[in-house]
Amino acid sequence: MSAFGAALKRELLVLWRSPAEMINPLFFFVMVISLFPLAISPKPEVLAVIAPGVLWVAALLAVMLSLDGLFRRDQESGVLELLLTAPVMAVVPVTAKLLAHWLLTGLPLVLVSPVLAHMLQLPNAVLGTVMLSLLLGTPALTIIGAIGAALTVGLNRGGILLAVLVLPLYIPVLIFGAGVIRAAAEGGAVNGILAILGALLALTASLGPLAVSAGLKISSGN
Amino acid sequence: MLGSPRYFYTFSSSVLPWLTPIALVTLLAGLVWGLGFAPSDYQQGNSYRIIFIHVPASSGALMGYMALGVAGLVAVVWRMKMAEVMLKAIAPFGAALAAISLVTGALWGKPTWGTYWQWDARMTSMLILLFMYVGVIALQNVIRDPRQAARAAGLLAMVGVINVIIVKYSVEWVQTLHQGSTLKLFGESTINPAMKYPLLISMLGLWLLYAVNVLMRARTEVMWRERRSKWVAKLVTRPEKGEQ
Repeated sequence: MSAFGAALKRELLVLWRSPAEMINPLFFFVMVISLFPLAISPKPEVLAVIAPGVLWVAALLAVMLSLDGLFRRDQESGVLELLLTAPVMAVVPVTAKLLAHWLLTGLPLVLVSPVLAHMLQLPNAVLGTVMLSLLLGTPALTIIGAIGAALTVGLNRGGILLAVLVLPLYIPVLIFGAGVIRAAAEGGAVNGILAILGALLALTASLGPLAVSAGLKISSGN
Repeated sequence: MLGSPRYFYTFSSSVLPWLTPIALVTLLAGLVWGLGFAPSDYQQGNSYRIIFIHVPASSGALMGYMALGVAGLVAVVWRMKMAEVMLKAIAPFGAALAAISLVTGALWGKPTWGTYWQWDARMTSMLILLFMYVGVIALQNVIRDPRQAARAAGLLAMVGVINVIIVKYSVEWVQTLHQGSTLKLFGESTINPAMKYPLLISMLGLWLLYAVNVLMRARTEVMWRERRSKWVAKLVTRPEKGEQ
């Protein structure tokens, strides 16, 4: 089995055996979204206006918070040191880890999003765009956030610091992700904006894992 | 040569005594000319004069972050000690300039646009730039080992430079209200020369002042990092009376 396949299988298995790490971000996503109709207004016309932004901000926070412990357990158990000193380049296991993490935390958000979008009174014609935008956007969020997680892995105060580092980097993805839903809801063209989201994903997926492994090396002091 | 902390210290000792007064005089000359003597604008009256602070601060903040990115690249790839020192020295003044740019922009916006704040492309970009400065500074502050802190901040600054460019275009996409740039390096500027020269002079003065600030911070940092070396010990201990 290739190094990537082995690493992917391991990561999936580890995550699968601690289901709280998969389920909590999903519940966080659902709970945060259900706060908005209660806090702002349950009126359908108000909800439809704020829905794209609410969906995206909630997804963004859910992804970011799920990343806080991304490398911590591996660091505490010493697995991280082994990964960084293994004969394969660190990028390979890092990429596998990011993919596994997205499959079990990001993808569920995408799958549940049409239900939430419907609850936020978005028209049914837009639900496909909602899913597509999150499908292209959440992996980019996972990768960008992992850079921050890698740089803060040895520090005990993760949470807020991670947010301060990562949130400015999330802004382009947020703008186009929420923008494409807004454009779809207004009946505008969406393909161009989806292409930009795809381009952002291509950029982060190609350079991001390199930055994550560089960050892990810096944090582990070699 | 400049990569050696000790060489940097002596080199900066010889540069600062003349660079500091030049920076202050240039900045002061540009500001006095701009604020006191340049003609007032036919539309905006005297309120446009805040440009002589706003534009230099904005350009300084932007250049500072680019410099952070370059220092980050050198620190992460070649592990040069002086690049690590520079990372720490560049950030605070740049963050202050970003804040000044935001405040002066808001003050300028009130009389001309009728509002202190608009989510237009440039103001939003500058706000995000300030956030990214804060991130770099925060990361440096929490990591105890100075070399590790600098390299981590360096990597963040490199990612941040890419982000600055993408943010600029993505917020432009969300619509803009800000006037286009009136100062062009190439081609005809759309600004009156009587306003252009004081603006250029105050920009130059502020950049020089930034350089002075970076050098001074870097000197302090070099001293702290090399505090166990002989040359620093020699520098800070005054020879006793009768000795020598």
